[in-house]
Amino acid sequence: MAFAAFSSSKPKGFSKPTKSGKVAIALLAPGLAYLGVFFLTPLIALIMVSLQAPDPDGFIGDYVAAFEINNYFVVISDYFPQMMRSFLYALAATILALVISYPLAYFIGVKARPYPLLQKLMLTLVIAPFFISFLLRTLAWKQIFSNESWVVTTLQQLGLLESDQYVVGTPFMVIFGLTYNFIPFMTLPLYTSLERLDTRYLEAGSDLYASPSRVFRKVTIPLSMPGIISGTLLTFIPIAGDYINASGDFLGSSSTAMIGNVIESNYLISNDYPAASALSVLLMGAILILVAGYVKKSGTEDLL
Amino acid sequence: MKFSLGKYAFPLYAVLAFIYLLIPIGYTFVFSFNDSLKTNLIWRGFTLDKWTNVCDREGVCEAFGNSVLIGVVSTIVATALGTMIAIALVRYRFKFRRSTNLLLFLPMATPEVVLGAGLASQFFSLGVQKGIGTIILGHIVFCLSFVVVTVKARVASLDPVLEEAGKDLYANPRQVFWKITFPLLLPGIAAAALLSFALSFDDFIITNFNAGADMTFPRYVFTAAARGVPAEANVIGSAVFIAAILLVLATQINGERKRRSLLKKH
Repeated sequence: MAFAAFSSSKPKGFSKPTKSGKVAIALLAPGLAYLGVFFLTPLIALIMVSLQAPDPDGFIGDYVAAFEINNYFVVISDYFPQMMRSFLYALAATILALVISYPLAYFIGVKARPYPLLQKLMLTLVIAPFFISFLLRTLAWKQIFSNESWVVTTLQQLGLLESDQYVVGTPFMVIFGLTYNFIPFMTLPLYTSLERLDTRYLEAGSDLYASPSRVFRKVTIPLSMPGIISGTLLTFIPIAGDYINASGDFLGSSSTAMIGNVIESNYLISNDYPAASALSVLLMGAILILVAGYVKKSGTEDLL
Repeated sequence: MKFSLGKYAFPLYAVLAFIYLLIPIGYTFVFSFNDSLKTNLIWRGFTLDKWTNVCDREGVCEAFGNSVLIGVVSTIVATALGTMIAIALVRYRFKFRRSTNLLLFLPMATPEVVLGAGLASQFFSLGVQKGIGTIILGHIVFCLSFVVVTVKARVASLDPVLEEAGKDLYANPRQVFWKITFPLLLPGIAAAALLSFALSFDDFIITNFNAGADMTFPRYVFTAAARGVPAEANVIGSAVFIAAILLVLATQINGERKRRSLLKKH
């Protein structure tokens, strides 16, 4: 059910797959072959490049096939702070997104059930940020919080910021941007699972003299757990690999660089392909462990 | 929920949350009317010039055109391949089901830097010239998975009785598909295509790794970001936003109208 949250119609499941035969293979083959060539082999290419060594006879940026496991130890020791930062920023932004999204998803999915048109309208508003360019909406926040903006001067006058303190370029700003940009990925799966919540369980809880907060903790949260898990996964993964929010031209500065920024600069600017590839393989490995944990718990049918 | 707080707290919270979600959109829209010079950082007065003469700013319309071209081609290929897979997943039994599900899920879970760098390495080792073609090849990868997810839900909600009725009335399999299955799947396929186009149009990271010298709209914004993005970029961003929202609202209102008319008949 992870990404199913993005589809407009709810799966009702009229039929279990029954037919078998060559038709299935004919339908699957072209798409899966495409993913084999343009998704799996690039990942293998990354692993190969991550083990390359500099060409002794070549120029800077020339590499030859090798088995340089040491590349991995070098990038870990060189970029450990950026790795930790990616993890912590992603964790903070994911928790913030969960806290902001939950009441909103609850309102749309449970409280607004008698008004289906209003529900649809609110869902459209939730995904509205997806329709404005990712880069433009991030730049808009940068300008709103820029050094001479009234937001920052007001914060300075209120004493919340020192007169020489600014917001853009700080970890706060990067986490703020990450939270904003990926909030729909949290709200939609939460909504899908709260929308199916049978409110009679909540009534039963309060009939048995449970306080509202106890009903919430003991009934609502456990019943919406599938949404919480897939929302967390769907927000955490893209945030951990993002490099727009943390980059210097957007909300961050050199002191907020995340693993994505390091991969980008190593690959596209300093042309250190083995280092960039080793970092990518490490990031992908960490994410595969997360996905494996999810699959072990919920199986593969619910992934899509 | 005895206390009356809940009655107003939730709607109030929702309003605040929507304001928060819409602030940068509103900002982008307002600043598309700014009578700005090269950069668009301070408000200098209202003008419609940027809307009426968008293409006067060098490179904006060319980048926009490339993005539309990439979006259309990626969407057509991804929607065709993805719809076939979605039908197979719901309707057919086959071996390797677990690995198929996983292979379709992984592109959505792969960080864009990783896929971007991987594709760039592959194109480099094969000696392929980077440009619009390689961008399209990359976009199809992530669009495909989102198409499968969206269409799969629609196939699952399709009552097979309708197709069986067609068969009973001596329609051949091809007629059943084109006269019954396909029209019923069409709303799902359209939604998938829309999502696919939106994802492709807005993609920056995979594009940037595989673009070579070719510009797309997000690349234009990224390159301009260092010195300040011109108001013309806000015009394009706002126009795309308005078009997308209108399309989504139209499909939703249309769906609601259909639902109501069906309820009336019963």
